[in-house]
Amino acid sequence: MPELTHLDRLESESIHILRETAAQFRNPVLLYSIGKDSSVLLHLALKAFYPGKPPFRLMHVDTLWKFRDMIAFRDRRMQELGLDLLVHVNEDGRREGVSPVTHGSAVHTDIMKTVALRQALDTWGFDAAIGGARRDEEKSRAKERVFSFRTAAHRWEPRAQRPELWSLYNGRIAPGESIRVFPLSNWTELDVWLYIARENLPVVPLYFAAPRPVVERDGALILVDDDRLPLRPGEVPAQKQVRFRTLGCYPLTGAIESTAATVPDIIREMMAARTSERQGRIIDRDGGASMEAKKQEGYF
Amino acid sequence: MSVTSDPAFEALLKERENRPLLRFLTCGSVDDGKSTLIGRLLYDCQALFDDQLDSLKADSARFGTTGQGALDLALLVDGLASEREQGITIDVAWRYFSTPRRAFIVADTPGHEQYTRNMVTGASTARAAVVLVDARKGLSTQTRRHLALLHLMGVPDVVLAVNKMDQVGWDETVHATIQAEAAAFSLQLDGTAPAPLAIPLCALSGDNVCTRTGLAEAAWYTGPTLLEWLENLPVARDAQDDPFRLPVQYVIRPDSSFRGFAGRIAAGRVRPGDAVCVLPSGQRSTVARIVTFDGDLPEAVAGQSVTLTLADEIDITRGDMLCAAQEPAGVSDQFSARLVWLSDTPLLPQRGYLMRLGTATAGARVMQIKSRTDIDTLGERPASTLGLNDIARVSLSLDRPLAFDPYSENRDTGSFILIDRHTNETLGCGMLDFAYRRAENIHWQPLKVDAPAREALMGHRSGVLWFTGLSGAGKSTIADRLEQKLHHLGIHTMLLDGDNVRHGLNRDLGFTDADRVENIRRFSEVARLMADAGLLVLVSVISPFRAERTMARSLLPEGRFLEIFVDAPLEVCEERDPKGLYRKARAGQIPNLTGIGSVYEPPEAPDLHLESHRASAEVLADRVLDHLERTGFLQLPPQGAP
Repeated sequence: MPELTHLDRLESESIHILRETAAQFRNPVLLYSIGKDSSVLLHLALKAFYPGKPPFRLMHVDTLWKFRDMIAFRDRRMQELGLDLLVHVNEDGRREGVSPVTHGSAVHTDIMKTVALRQALDTWGFDAAIGGARRDEEKSRAKERVFSFRTAAHRWEPRAQRPELWSLYNGRIAPGESIRVFPLSNWTELDVWLYIARENLPVVPLYFAAPRPVVERDGALILVDDDRLPLRPGEVPAQKQVRFRTLGCYPLTGAIESTAATVPDIIREMMAARTSERQGRIIDRDGGASMEAKKQEGYF
Repeated sequence: MSVTSDPAFEALLKERENRPLLRFLTCGSVDDGKSTLIGRLLYDCQALFDDQLDSLKADSARFGTTGQGALDLALLVDGLASEREQGITIDVAWRYFSTPRRAFIVADTPGHEQYTRNMVTGASTARAAVVLVDARKGLSTQTRRHLALLHLMGVPDVVLAVNKMDQVGWDETVHATIQAEAAAFSLQLDGTAPAPLAIPLCALSGDNVCTRTGLAEAAWYTGPTLLEWLENLPVARDAQDDPFRLPVQYVIRPDSSFRGFAGRIAAGRVRPGDAVCVLPSGQRSTVARIVTFDGDLPEAVAGQSVTLTLADEIDITRGDMLCAAQEPAGVSDQFSARLVWLSDTPLLPQRGYLMRLGTATAGARVMQIKSRTDIDTLGERPASTLGLNDIARVSLSLDRPLAFDPYSENRDTGSFILIDRHTNETLGCGMLDFAYRRAENIHWQPLKVDAPAREALMGHRSGVLWFTGLSGAGKSTIADRLEQKLHHLGIHTMLLDGDNVRHGLNRDLGFTDADRVENIRRFSEVARLMADAGLLVLVSVISPFRAERTMARSLLPEGRFLEIFVDAPLEVCEERDPKGLYRKARAGQIPNLTGIGSVYEPPEAPDLHLESHRASAEVLADRVLDHLERTGFLQLPPQGAP
């Protein structure tokens, strides 16, 4: 038997974490957000409980501003895998017409993502929420636990986090409290793509370069995904060969110019890359430590 | 999905996929330059992207301490805003980088505040450690502590990164002194361990970190750079050749025809047909299949997460361990262990905690702190309690036997954490050394099993809480609420309720005065026996006469009997009339109901007087709990979640 590779080890650790979550909690939920990390997370959940199905619900918190391709991919995948997906929308936000265009990225993200997630957790009484966040994504995540404790008000308190030693995860909580579980904590962006290549996993086509209509706005290439994006004076959508390194709400997610049309192309591009994936995420730049503030409020 | 047609790139992909993984930790004192060193590793291994560099440049200008225009690489790894502003780091940070040969996971452990807690966390999963030493200061007390903790945690490979060599002009004798001191100290720690290698380097300039220095004054050093050392260490000694161990995490039962035992193999290897035994039960069977999503495997090894099916139907649950039948793990409920305390809440011997050992959870208490280790002198001192960052040798007693291996043989099956039953906080972590056999037991196991011995094992005082009062006063409601609270706190209780006992033990008794006396006498004796057994007994019975209550008190040692008067005016009780007794009594159907046809003698000096018409049962139950705590009857953990 050859030595296990780093991908083998990462996979095994993630499966271990998913099984711990299923064993330790009454009502966990896997937060499926359609992107590449979610593709990996879902695949690992299928592996962890094979030949059974994952013993927890899957949920997508829909901000209503996801790329159309994402929603199509989501629905197709669920059908292919024969899985039920819970889709939650903050109906208050929908009624009030909250959007990144009219309310700005900070308000939209807060209401349609952070508040929406809290609503959903409360509504269904989930006591553990499994997410695909990685520690290498952003500085404030470097100290995140695999089992991240949240108060009954869903707040993340840096000082209330429990020490995590060996593979012993303490998921004990009082009623109302919850744990966010991050099985991909130790994966890097490159690991995710190498794994997608190794396992031949489908991902949203937006990750692959294609000619798409974009406008350049505040230094980012924004896809004109539907007619809801008001064009500013002088903005004319231009066809460019672009792809996305990360997928969120389309007006908040910048594309990169690229010719990478396959997974190996993407890996090759990344190994030569000089730009980190979160660069396309507009919310990270709201302030020097903005992700930390969002996290305390309950954003993933 | 399309694949590339470039065979050279395909080969590169394969190579990337197949790299081994090395986990290591870095530790050092404040200002040794640890953050700078990690920043340097990330920077030189190109784990940074342009936008991260741009934001680093901006941050360097704003917070930097390396001077005008220079990149402050330490800022790369100092994450939280609160830390950055205070210039401190408070928690283990995880970093990732890779070279063409290896992928690395770095646990960056801060060196000052709570360094023990952070270091043991980082060390628990690390295969190797980089200990920062400031060349100007030499081998400090702090460095010795770090080496001692690494030894305690069983981190196999340690290197000293002697930083700031530029500040001492790359003086070879400075380096040689540190190397010699480290060798001497590690001999003191463990006579058989090889001395750690010391690498002279400069994190700020990068000399000898990833690239060999070209400085003429440093030409005397011919050993590896830090990165070369990390790249050439043997990777995980994964215990593939040790006896098979699989702590069962989860039982997969999609339908009645399949029953799979899922877990990550902690040691050894397994093949279909292998004989296994299940611990702690000791039942035996044979491995039928190794089931994975990607098809059945002919063999699985340590480190892999798999699902096994067995040839026989055996009852196996989470917390059990599958082992090689010929070389099973140990099973015990009493251990000698080393314990590291991670909480501000002190460890108290005899208090009940929860222990997580592998996938198993059991009730545990520290029977005795054998000694506390002074990490500076490595001396062993007596201690009656442990505080944050204390390290001790202890004896542990569990409420059921669990499978285990000594930590020195397996880090997964020999490590545990202790959890607060009330706040759920992770309070401490530990390493099992050995199980007590009877002979070794005797020096701390009490020779005679008497009431104090049973009480010690329970971890709390035993005694009787006697609730007296009229029918309908609320005795049982309050006692019931209180019992729930006590149970939640891990107190072993028993509630004796007047009605329930009358249905069984006392069903031959009526309601004459003589029968009432006999009723209370039996209650008192049963309560005493249960208190002797170590329980906290709650008695809820009208017990109308002072004499019998006094007799009940006299059966127990001083301070072990609390008389609690649950008081409500007769009109209120009659209004409540939960059992319809007052109505029947007024109708003449019950001739001698206490308060109507029979007298109730209220206590003259009860230990607690609860007026149940003025407060809810919940509030009154809390008042009893407060009283127990205040008078030291029970020592309870501090209230409030973490």
